[in-house]
Amino acid sequence: MLSTAILVATTLVCISLSLNLWRLFLGPSRPDRILALDTMYINSIALILLFGVAAGTRLYFEAALLIAMLGFVSTAAMCKYILRGDLIE
Amino acid sequence: MEFWIELIVSGLLIVGAIFVFVGSLGLAKLPDFYTRLHGPTKATTLGMSCLLVASMVLVTYQQGYLSLHELLIGLFLIITAPVTAHMLAKTGMHHELDILEKTENKALAERAKDRMAP
Repeated sequence: MLSTAILVATTLVCISLSLNLWRLFLGPSRPDRILALDTMYINSIALILLFGVAAGTRLYFEAALLIAMLGFVSTAAMCKYILRGDLIE
Repeated sequence: MEFWIELIVSGLLIVGAIFVFVGSLGLAKLPDFYTRLHGPTKATTLGMSCLLVASMVLVTYQQGYLSLHELLIGLFLIITAPVTAHMLAKTGMHHELDILEKTENKALAERAKDRMAP
């Protein structure tokens, strides 16, 4: 039962990633693209987590934590750059 | 593996994946930037929390001791998602993106645009 659940969850997360990629290409404005990238970060954390559950190892949690931190920092930096035109004033 | 632990983990994985999918569907289908902001910042955060709790239960059962690493990721996501949403909304107002016709109190956007971030 667990392997079937992991398969279904991975399929759903992969469909979500392709929807985000579609919005990233389509997005009419720059904030849309930043939002799509931020969602892609979160969904890739979900994918790495599901892979860790499927493989039965804890090795990938550090990678997930690293992606979470870098995703937040890069989204904040891009928003700041668009708002002020400069990162460090 | 005991049946009820497998049941709990499978249910949490499916529910979390469905919430992540609903968030991304909202990002792809909603008509306006400000409505699109709702999907990833609420539904996806809830789905990620469900997935992390499922992973925590499974690792705790397999290793035999309480595992709190996943709680760290979940806490970090829950703290940072509203901050990201606020900054993105400010960016959208700064660009003067089109607001949907039936939005209420559209005049407030002008005032909120000029307000400095705390």
